[in-house]
Amino acid sequence: MSAHSTQGGRDTHTAPHEPVFTGDTRARLERLFALYPTKQACLLPALWMVQEVRGWISESAIGEVAEVLDLTPAYVKGVVTFYTMYHTHPVGRHFIQVCTTSPCNICGAEDVVKALLQATGCGELGATSPDGRFTVIEVECLGACGFATPILVDDDFIESVTPDTVPGILLRYP
Amino acid sequence: MADDLVNVTIDGMPVSVPKGTPIIEAAKQAGVLVPHYCYHPSLPSPAVCRMCLVEVEKAPKLMPACVTTVTEGQVVHVNSASAKKAREGVLELLLINHPLDCPICDQAGECELQDYVFQEGRSGTRYSEYAKRYNPVEDFGPDVLYVPNRCILCTRCVRFMDDVAGTPVLNVSERGDRAYIGISEQQTLDHPWSGNVVDLCPVGSLLSKDFLHKARAWDLDKSASVCPGCTQGCNINIDTRDDVVVRIRPRPNLEVNRHFICDEGRMNYRWMNRGDRIEAPLVRDGGRHIATDWDTALARLEQVLRGASGPAVVLASGRASTESLGLVRRLVDRFEVTAAVQVPLGDEAPLPGIPNLALRRERAPNLAGAELLGYTRHWEAALQRTPSAAVVIVLDADLTGADEAALAAAPGAVIVLGTVFAEALRNAELVLPVTSMAEENGTYVNRDQRLQRYQQAKSQPGMARPAWWIAGEVLAGPGPSAEAPSTAADAFLLLGERWPVFAGLSHGDLGYTGRVLRGAPELALSGSDGGGR
Amino acid sequence: MGYPHPSHPKETVVLSQYFGDPEARGYDGWVKRGGYVALRKALGMTRDAIIEEVKASGLRGRGGAGFPTGLKWSFMPKEVTRPHYLVCNADESEPGTFKDREIMRWTPHAMIEGCAIAAYAIGAERCYIYIRGEFTDPLRIVSAAVEEAYAHGALGADAFGSGKRIDMVLHRGAGAYICGEETAMMNSIEGKRGNPRIKPPFPAAAGLFGMPTTINNVETLTAVPHILNRGAAWYKGLCLGNPKSTGTKLISICGHVQRPGNYEVTMGTPLKDILYDMAGGPKPGRTFKAVIPGGSSVPIMTREEAEAALFDYEGIVEKGSMLGSAGMIVMDDTTDMVYQIWRLARFYAHESCAQCTQCREGTAWTTKILERILAGKGKQEDFQLLLDLSENMTGKTICVLSDSCAAPVVSGIQKFRSEFEAYIAGAREPALAAV
Repeated sequence: MSAHSTQGGRDTHTAPHEPVFTGDTRARLERLFALYPTKQACLLPALWMVQEVRGWISESAIGEVAEVLDLTPAYVKGVVTFYTMYHTHPVGRHFIQVCTTSPCNICGAEDVVKALLQATGCGELGATSPDGRFTVIEVECLGACGFATPILVDDDFIESVTPDTVPGILLRYP
Repeated sequence: MADDLVNVTIDGMPVSVPKGTPIIEAAKQAGVLVPHYCYHPSLPSPAVCRMCLVEVEKAPKLMPACVTTVTEGQVVHVNSASAKKAREGVLELLLINHPLDCPICDQAGECELQDYVFQEGRSGTRYSEYAKRYNPVEDFGPDVLYVPNRCILCTRCVRFMDDVAGTPVLNVSERGDRAYIGISEQQTLDHPWSGNVVDLCPVGSLLSKDFLHKARAWDLDKSASVCPGCTQGCNINIDTRDDVVVRIRPRPNLEVNRHFICDEGRMNYRWMNRGDRIEAPLVRDGGRHIATDWDTALARLEQVLRGASGPAVVLASGRASTESLGLVRRLVDRFEVTAAVQVPLGDEAPLPGIPNLALRRERAPNLAGAELLGYTRHWEAALQRTPSAAVVIVLDADLTGADEAALAAAPGAVIVLGTVFAEALRNAELVLPVTSMAEENGTYVNRDQRLQRYQQAKSQPGMARPAWWIAGEVLAGPGPSAEAPSTAADAFLLLGERWPVFAGLSHGDLGYTGRVLRGAPELALSGSDGGGR
Repeated sequence: MGYPHPSHPKETVVLSQYFGDPEARGYDGWVKRGGYVALRKALGMTRDAIIEEVKASGLRGRGGAGFPTGLKWSFMPKEVTRPHYLVCNADESEPGTFKDREIMRWTPHAMIEGCAIAAYAIGAERCYIYIRGEFTDPLRIVSAAVEEAYAHGALGADAFGSGKRIDMVLHRGAGAYICGEETAMMNSIEGKRGNPRIKPPFPAAAGLFGMPTTINNVETLTAVPHILNRGAAWYKGLCLGNPKSTGTKLISICGHVQRPGNYEVTMGTPLKDILYDMAGGPKPGRTFKAVIPGGSSVPIMTREEAEAALFDYEGIVEKGSMLGSAGMIVMDDTTDMVYQIWRLARFYAHESCAQCTQCREGTAWTTKILERILAGKGKQEDFQLLLDLSENMTGKTICVLSDSCAAPVVSGIQKFRSEFEAYIAGAREPALAAV
């Protein structure tokens, strides 16, 4: 809980919340309702939609999702904070996830992390680079252990990354 | 049915319990407490704390007693070496991040972590060179504080709000050892039954702001009582310290309130400590009242009643005991009586997860008892009779405004049996101090016709006496051979002759959970399961 | 095949035949390679007949538990009075395992066909495919393949004109290893925190949305069409070791081998062949030190133990570990065992759902103790403390995540104690800064 000093206190939203579930997004959500017997089961997909549209899931977005699915904000928040892929605060334009669990760890994953932190200018894990371009975090096993070290840059799954290939990769993400 | 019973042996003690009973409940019958945290008989069981793991012969692993149901011939060891070792392990793990807050923690003395660690925990820590997890205190709502550092994540509070209160306000946030109980900034913990999470919390993590740092658990005296808030009749304990009421908590009664009380009942006790009480019997002397002794006052009361004839009006508080209401009613038997009980009204607040449990609209704990004794709810009508009444008896009713004016205009004799003096009582013949329900023994009848006892929790101020005592003395007549009741139990026995519904019963029959009166008519009540009004 | 390497002669290529073949991805390409024959056949069989065939084949769950698949399917109610569900577990998150990813990105229709047959066999009209959130390519590829399958009538209200409905819904995970546990997966689909459930009730009695449910791993389901096409006897005959372990298994071998990748072998193949012949042995100048054969949640094997083992469920157990998901992590003599055990403990501590006291607090404490040892502040007492903790964490929780954390710790101390001693004695430079 080190990143939170008060619960939900990070989202100092002064602007009113612009609804996410309008137009096409709303239509997509409605189609989901037919695929699950409960609205509650649409929660994970709905949260993905919010993150797709807004880049992260704010406190007010949590409120909107709760309303749209007949859940409470507290309930939705409990789910959001359980799953590590949902961002509860803004991140860099490009979000980089690096696997450092043992199979990749013994194949140089930590060097890849260092190279990325340096090349992006982030300096430390979880921080966004000064130009707002990147955020780099360590994640657990990405399921491509034979292709060490895999990284995810946004939705791009890139295999066999080494410190040498890092600069070239980053060039693809302005 | 005999064939629905299952026979098991728990720590050597054979018991027979209904099919489907979890081992932890069966163990209670064997007189064995299985230590536990997350289990609670009024909540769904998630089996997460792992404290209740017991050894079951022929099972490959220790089994959680809260969710493992009994099977025929099962042999269970709650206190075997392996079960105790497992518990010791859980306790050690709970303590590694738990702060050494006992000296400043409200829960000390009634803390289940303290209790079990003392009973079977390790005597020293092995987590000595690591930092403990730290999170600041959170304000969850009107009365509840959350101290994350002390939380053992039993999730009772979350399950209570989700499944019993029906309003998910609390969650578990994050994962692993970073987890804590969370609340959304868009919600607050103000549900009318939310105070129960403080009782449910086994440790000092959820605290009542009302009780914060007020008293040490071991300084408290506890009395079994009944909540005077409404017709539900939830069973409570009144906690006092040095004769001052400091806390109300629920007392389990599976037939009435299970393990819960509403926040109104919980918070509404300060009136029990009021200092501005009538402390001596007062008789009118010209234009003023003078204090006197009980003999004089009782003689005067008897004289006033003897000298009057015609209509009588009794205005009673809805908090008056069955004994007091009954004997006071008998005082005016030879008059033409209009007796009414005061029933303030409020909003209903059900607890959805428990059948037939709500904060009731009728905020009078003994409405049912009063009606059985011939009192009605028609307060206004009764007040309108006072100008033409020969005798008006006010039994601790709360009089304001129009009521005051009506009473002030009463030409007949006004006799007040009250706790607090009011302006309207200026013209009363007699103002006699009575005990509040916290200062006497007595009974209430709840909305389901359950007769329940309450015990005296604090001493009465000055010369105050129970109203039934006053009436009983007058009814019995003067002189040493008079048979006036000297206890509430004796007073109760005098009711059966006149009101058959109470016949053949005594206080001793009521135990701690009361008894439903047979032959009592159904009450006309508002609320989810009563008629409208 | 040893994708991304060419097939090795000692492999038995069945599921992995088309790994690396982009044409196998599309519906038409798959049909050209023999696809969707088994589904048509299945739709003409009774549910019981399919279940019997799968039982007879000896197929066991390939996700890690190794439970007999036919038997699992037979737990479903015979009569369908409420909706039945099939869940395809594509949440592959066990460290060392990367086989389901290959199945999904190269032969998605193989998986879809397997799911369809299984769904029909268990009386389910809907199958949820739970793919972990990080598998962005498989999500895209499987999604397109499902759409194709619908377009070609393999899925939908009237699958291949059989009158039977088979629907498939993709559900994307959001970053939680524990959701690979079957009951946690059901909670996740229901829109809840991914907390494992207590059993009983079992999924076949009350599972997804409280309905009868079967959860199977991707690899398990992908084997089903082959069993129907070639017969249970064929599958059963693929057995070089214990008769209870039949068929082929995809082994994801990674770490310090020359040729990491997925190799498909007949059950009972000597592990030595896999390590040295197929995966090419250690890098030049190095020797193997440790092998964790089942994904990381199993006891660590020494090189000697691994070299002597037969690769099947019983053979690995005989040598003191478990086959699990067959995500084989191979470590050579340059590996700091204490560091890697710490890294694994850190993994489990991060992934703990927080329900059970032993797991929530124990995984974190284990990590901290190992951290101190690596920082040069370890003590002799730490051995007993770690072993006590591990014992506390084994066999006492709702799911086996905490047991999984204990396994490498206990086996690590048992078999590589000298490495711990070196840190404690100060004979080795601290690997971490002091906390």
